Amino acid sequence: MDMNQYLEIFIDESKEHLQAMNEHLLQLEKEPNNITIVNEIFRSAHTLKGMSATMGYEDLANLTHKLENVLDAIRNQQISVTLAIMDTVFSSVDDLEAMVEDIAAGGDGKRDVAAIVQKLLLIEQGEAAAAIDVPEAPADAAAGNSLQYDEFEWTVIDQSKEQGFTCLEVAVSLRADCVLKAARVFMVFKVLEKCGEVIKSVPSSDQLEEEKFDETFTVTLITQEPVEDIQAKTKKVSEVEHVRITEIVSGTQEEIKTPVQRAVPEAKQTNPVLEKETIQPAEEEKRAAKSSKQPVSNKTIRVNIERLDILMNLFEELVIDRGRLESISAELNHSELNETVEHMSRISGDLQNIILNMRMVPVETVFNRFPKLVRQLSRDLNKQINLEIIGAETELDRTVIDEIGDPLVHLLRNAGDHGIEMPEARLAKGKPAEGTIKLKAYHSGNHVFIEIEDDGAGINKERVLKKALDKGIVTEEQALGMTDRQIFELIMASGFSTAEVISDLSGRGVGLDVVKTTIESLGGSITIDSVEGSGSVFSIQLPLTLSIISVMLVEVEKEKYAIPLSSIIETAIVKKEEVLNAHNQQVIDFRGKVVPLLFLEDIFSVPHQEEDDRFYSIVIVRKGEKMAGLVVDSFIGQQEVVLKSLGNYLSNVFAISGATILGDGQVALIVDCNALIK
Amino acid sequence: MSEIHASTTVKVIAFQLIDKEYALPVHQVYSIEKLMHITRVPGTVSFVKGVINLRGVVTPIIDLRSRFGLSDEQYDDSTRIIIAALDNIEVGLIVDGANDVLDIPVDAIEPQPEVVGSLGDEYITGVAKLDKRLLIMLSLQKIFK
Repeated sequence: MDMNQYLEIFIDESKEHLQAMNEHLLQLEKEPNNITIVNEIFRSAHTLKGMSATMGYEDLANLTHKLENVLDAIRNQQISVTLAIMDTVFSSVDDLEAMVEDIAAGGDGKRDVAAIVQKLLLIEQGEAAAAIDVPEAPADAAAGNSLQYDEFEWTVIDQSKEQGFTCLEVAVSLRADCVLKAARVFMVFKVLEKCGEVIKSVPSSDQLEEEKFDETFTVTLITQEPVEDIQAKTKKVSEVEHVRITEIVSGTQEEIKTPVQRAVPEAKQTNPVLEKETIQPAEEEKRAAKSSKQPVSNKTIRVNIERLDILMNLFEELVIDRGRLESISAELNHSELNETVEHMSRISGDLQNIILNMRMVPVETVFNRFPKLVRQLSRDLNKQINLEIIGAETELDRTVIDEIGDPLVHLLRNAGDHGIEMPEARLAKGKPAEGTIKLKAYHSGNHVFIEIEDDGAGINKERVLKKALDKGIVTEEQALGMTDRQIFELIMASGFSTAEVISDLSGRGVGLDVVKTTIESLGGSITIDSVEGSGSVFSIQLPLTLSIISVMLVEVEKEKYAIPLSSIIETAIVKKEEVLNAHNQQVIDFRGKVVPLLFLEDIFSVPHQEEDDRFYSIVIVRKGEKMAGLVVDSFIGQQEVVLKSLGNYLSNVFAISGATILGDGQVALIVDCNALIK
Repeated sequence: MSEIHASTTVKVIAFQLIDKEYALPVHQVYSIEKLMHITRVPGTVSFVKGVINLRGVVTPIIDLRSRFGLSDEQYDDSTRIIIAALDNIEVGLIVDGANDVLDIPVDAIEPQPEVVGSLGDEYITGVAKLDKRLLIMLSLQKIFK
C-alpha cells in the first residue's frame, strides 16, 4: 500500500502527540502521583505506536512500545515516578522526536535506540528504579504507594475522624492467575461497602471495572470496624493474595498491618452504617464529575497556507465588487436592491474577519516546546531555572511563527547558560536559588514583541567592551561614545563570545549574531537591556508582515491615510488660536504637555485644494514616551485592516509602513508614526 | 536573449505611447488592466504615480510617459495599465492604449538605429519592423531602475 499520501498527516499528528507527551510529562514531574496524567501520556504513546507501526517505521514503533510498557507500569503503580525514570522517559521522547524529524526530512526514521530501549526495559523490570532511589517500590510491593487526596477528600476524611470513624487504605492484590478480576474487585468492594464507606479507589472504579489494572488496587475506606475484621473479611474473597491496611492520620498514614499470608477466618458481616450510606450518592456524583473533566480538544483541519492566500486575495476582489455594488445601489435607490446589498455587506464583513483570522497562529505553537527545553537546560547546567511564559495567546502570522523558533531557542539557552548563575552564587547574592526566565509576547503597534528576561548576572559592560576592543570589533574612539545599549549589542556582533568557558550549549560565539541576522531578515530588530547583577532583557521586535491591525482612517485633503490605533493616544480638535509657536515649531498644550504638531499635508506633500478651517483635527500619537500631534483634515473612523507591503519596487518610503486595501477597493497608506517621531 | 534567437517568432504585447508603438515580450506581462484608482505614494520619484489594488496585491504604478520624459496628458478611456513583472518585482505601466498581441519573426528585430525619435535609447533592446508598423522593444530592467 502506498503510504506517501498519509505521510504528511502522520508527521503532523506524530508531532502533536509528542508535544502532548512532553507537556504531560512536565506536568507529571510536578504531580508524580497523578494517574490521569500518566493515562494521557499513555494514550499519546499508544496512538503513536499504532501509527508508526502502520507506516512501517519499526524503530519508532519499537521504542514507543517499550515506553508504553514503562508507562503502563507507572499507571498500575508497579513503579513510581522518580527523577531517573523521568530522565529516561524524556530522553526516549527526544529520540522519538528525532526520528519523526528524520522522517519529515525525507529519511527512513531509523535510529539506534538499543541503549534507551535497554534502559526502559530495566525500569520496566523495576531494576533501574530500585537501584536508584525507590526502596518503596520493589517488584512485589503490591501497594506501596499511598494515595493522593484532594482537598475535598481530605475534608471527608477529617470530618469522619471527628465523628469517631477511622480512615483506612486497603491495598488488595489479586492472585496472578485470577481470571475474573473485575468480579473479584466487585466482591471486594461489596465487602468493604458493608463495613463502611469507600471514598476513593486507585485505579478508579471505572478502570477497575474494565480490568485496567494488573493485580493490585487500593481503596480508601471510612469505617468504625476494627482493622483486623476488615482484613479478614476482605481476605475471604477468593483469589485475593494480599490485603494490606494502613490508617490515614491527618495528612499522613501509618502502617498498622503488614501483609498476612492466606488466612481465611470466618467473620460475620456487620450492619452497614446507615448515615454513611446516605452520603454516598452525592459522593458518587462528585467522583463522576471529576472523572468526566477531560480537556476539551479543538477540532481542526489542516489547510495549506497557499490556499488561504488565494482565498484572501479572491475575497478582496469580492470586496471591491461589493463596494461597486453599494455605490450602484445607492444611485438607483431601489429599496429591495438596497436591502440585499446591505445584507451582503454584513455577511462579507463577517467573512472577512474569519478569513483574516485564519492565518493567525498563537505564538504558543512555538512556546510550547520551551518548558521541556528549559528543564533539560537546567539539568545539564545544574542550575535551577524556572520558565514563565506570558502572552502565549498572542497571535502572529504563520510565516513569522515558522521562522522565530530557532532564534528563541538560542536566546533561551543563552539566558540559561550565561544569564542565570549557579544556585550557590545566587544565594550568595541574596537571590532565590531558582532563577527565572520570563518569556513574554505581546502586540504593540505594527509589531509583535517577544521578550526574554532573566534575573541572572546581567551583562558586564567593561568585560564586553574590553573583549570587543581585543577582537577589533570596535575602536577605542568608537567605544568612548557608546551608550549602554550599544555596548550590550556588541555581544551580537559576529566573532564575539564573552563566556570564559565555551560550553556545549551556547557561547560558541556564533550564536547571537545568527539570531540577530535571522531576526533582521524577518524585518525585525533586537535590543538588549541589562543591569549588572540583576538580569538582562532581550527584546525582539517583529513586524506583522501580514496581519490585521486596527487603524484610524483619516482624510488629508482627498487622500486617505491609516494611522495604527496602537500608536494613537487620542484625537482632539483644537482652535487655530490655541496653537503656539515654539522656535519654528508649532505646538499645542495637550493636558499640560507641550506636543509638537506635524502637518501630514506637508509631510506627504498632499496637493492643496480646500480653504483652511478654523479648527485643526489632531491625532495625538506616541512613540515610547514621546508624543506628537498629526494634523489631518478629518477623521473617518476606526477599522480593522490587512497590512500589506508596498511591494519590492517601492521599499523604504519615508513614514509609510505599508498599505491596506479599504472596503471600496482603494489602497490607503499606513502612516509609520515611529518614523515621524524622532 | 538566446531564447529569442532560438525560436523563429517572439510573442509580444504591443502598446501605444503618443504616436509610437512599443512592445514587451509576452512572458513579462501578467495582465492588462483598465485604469483604476491610483493611491499616490508621497516621497517617491515623480514617474511613480502611486499604488493600485490589483486583486488584493498592492502594486506600484509607473507612468511610462513621465518615465520616458514625454509630455503629460490626461488619462482617457483607452488608457491601460500593463502589469509587468521581472525578478519578483511587479509593476504596472501606464500606457495610452494596449490592444495587440503579435508574433514577430526574430529576424525582423533589428538593433536600434543610431537615432530614434525622442526616446532615450537606454530603454530599448531593439526595433521590429512589421509590414508598415514599427515596434520599439523595451527593456523592463532599465525601466524599473
